Amino acid sequence: MNYSRLRLISLTVLRILVGWHLLYEGISKLINPYWSSAAFLLDSKWLLSGVAQTIVANPTLLSISDNVNMWGLTLVGALLLLGLFARYAAVAGAILVLLYYFFAPPFFGLEYSKPAEGSYLIVNKNLIEACVLWVLYTFPTSHIIGLDRFFQVTNKSEDIYE
Amino acid sequence: MSNKNKKLNKTSLGRRKLLKSLATVPVFGVFLIALWQKMRMDALKKSNVLSNLIQEKTAPAAISDLSNTKHLNLGIIGYGGRGHHLIRGVGFATPDWTEKAGENARKNKLDKALVTFMSQQDLNCSIVGVCDLFDVRAEEGIQASKNEIRPGSKSIQTATRYRHYKELLANDEIDAVIIATPDHWHARIAIDAAKAGKHVYCEKGLTRTFDEAIKVYDTIKETGIVFQLGHQNRQVEANEKAKQIIDQGLLGPINLVELTTNRNSPWGAWVWDIHPEGNAKTIDWDTFQEPAPNKIPFGEEALKRFFRWRMWFDYGTGLSGDLFSHDFDALNQIMELGIPKYASSTGGIYFYKDGRDVPDVWHATLEYPEKDLTVLYSATLSSNNARGNRIMGHDATMMMGGHAGTGSVHGFIVTADSESTQYKDRLEQGIINTKYPIYTYSPGSKQIDGVTSATSRYFANRGLLYTYREGKRVDSTHLHIKDWLDAIRSGGQPKCNIEMALHEAVSCHMATESYLTGRRIEWDPVNRKLI
Repeated sequence: MNYSRLRLISLTVLRILVGWHLLYEGISKLINPYWSSAAFLLDSKWLLSGVAQTIVANPTLLSISDNVNMWGLTLVGALLLLGLFARYAAVAGAILVLLYYFFAPPFFGLEYSKPAEGSYLIVNKNLIEACVLWVLYTFPTSHIIGLDRFFQVTNKSEDIYE
Repeated sequence: MSNKNKKLNKTSLGRRKLLKSLATVPVFGVFLIALWQKMRMDALKKSNVLSNLIQEKTAPAAISDLSNTKHLNLGIIGYGGRGHHLIRGVGFATPDWTEKAGENARKNKLDKALVTFMSQQDLNCSIVGVCDLFDVRAEEGIQASKNEIRPGSKSIQTATRYRHYKELLANDEIDAVIIATPDHWHARIAIDAAKAGKHVYCEKGLTRTFDEAIKVYDTIKETGIVFQLGHQNRQVEANEKAKQIIDQGLLGPINLVELTTNRNSPWGAWVWDIHPEGNAKTIDWDTFQEPAPNKIPFGEEALKRFFRWRMWFDYGTGLSGDLFSHDFDALNQIMELGIPKYASSTGGIYFYKDGRDVPDVWHATLEYPEKDLTVLYSATLSSNNARGNRIMGHDATMMMGGHAGTGSVHGFIVTADSESTQYKDRLEQGIINTKYPIYTYSPGSKQIDGVTSATSRYFANRGLLYTYREGKRVDSTHLHIKDWLDAIRSGGQPKCNIEMALHEAVSCHMATESYLTGRRIEWDPVNRKLI
């Protein structure tokens, strides 16, 4: 894919920022011994609230959910930041963040025990971040700036030696 | 291009490639540095400044093998709402209850009542005698004694019904009795049971009057039976932790304690259901009201009084014996207060104008001049505003239950005081910040429980329903019964023994007496009299 210098930098900065955010979301959960996805799941509304209840009621499922969140966010964040397997990371991240959206969508009529930190109507930051991750998947940069470059077998675009 | 040039170009392009590949690695480094800095700051700030100071003691082990030593035969006198719960603590529930709990668990996966019951330790007891003045409840007691859905094996014996408690006490097979009648019967039954050589578990408040409390105390002392008062908070892990913190002086000098009760429902104000089958034939009303100062003939009013007895001074002491007694005993457990020198109280019937004569808004002040301490108790039955309990020290405040619970079951937080002497240096250095708790105790915070109704949440926040042992939820009533049975089997003393019971009874009666007489009451410890 041919990017102008400005586009390349813009997309890379976007990738780094989203990576940084997800990485810290994951690590902050890893280092907090009291963190559990249960509180979030218990407050789930709409279509997936039944699934959420089942997860919370089952210690094994809850533990899986906790680990997927903690390690999933950490891994996706780190990979995006370093530009390693970044396209896969972007897809995985998009799915994860989209799940957060669908477990607690900001639809009218749904009330949550914790107030949102902003004002949202159907669209919230989770949906936007999921969309950003999708954009990062469709416009990859890690093969140019990032560790994925090491895996480039053939030279593309500006990777021309002569 | 010459070969040499090509080679040079290739090398510089290779370096560029490497640089581009690793371009974001420094950002990762910056992230790690920022993370390290943040973690270090957090560790300093909200940290467990106190937990470093606290010599951690683990909670008393819930499991002991004493249950296997001797099979005990128990009698229950008074099998009402509380009696049901106590007998479940022994390991027997009515078939109705197990069925309903099973159904609730199926409907709501978070409802753990049945699981908690079934995972109780088998206490190696049989319920062999049930005494209740209401036929329906007596029959329920017999059914519970037979119910095979229980923790442990099938019961060795099942229960016989006794119409009068004296007949039950005459059964030599019975080793111990649980008294869960209204308060006006406690003294007579406890005294007669002790004299008959039965060990006694008596519900709180100890007695209806001060004089009765002294008589019960003397009889228990004379007979030497094992006595436990029904303050299950004695088994709560949070209270043990709170005691450790206070014993080590981490709150500094404590001059004021605030205890509160905040309820806002008819059920919470003792407007309990009148059983549809309750009538002159099924209820022995004359026996019920025998020890009461004022007697009325059986009729609608009597039915109300039978099922909602806490609303009248004829049978109990209202907020004092029901709820203040719990908070007082928990504080007595944490701070070893004993009986105050003075007590005064005020209040009124401000919300429930339904014929009751006990106040629904009531406040008591206990003075301990020798300990430089005032204990304030404030109760309302018409607001759910959870004020919690506060132990206010010069160096730090401990807030228990209420808003401090932060959603956990019976948690507490300790927050440093901005003018603290003990923590002055740490406050100045910014190691302690008064905005963040310096110690947080929130049991089961990784575990989610379906404690749902507002009233059960009220009890749960005070540790009256559930406590935790090694992170697992246990019914505190079960532990309290077990503590009593262990003491019977080992010849030891249970946690809420007759000495603690006397503290509770005298303190509560001083406050009640003050409300009824409108004057300050003084305790004369030498002559054991109220002045």
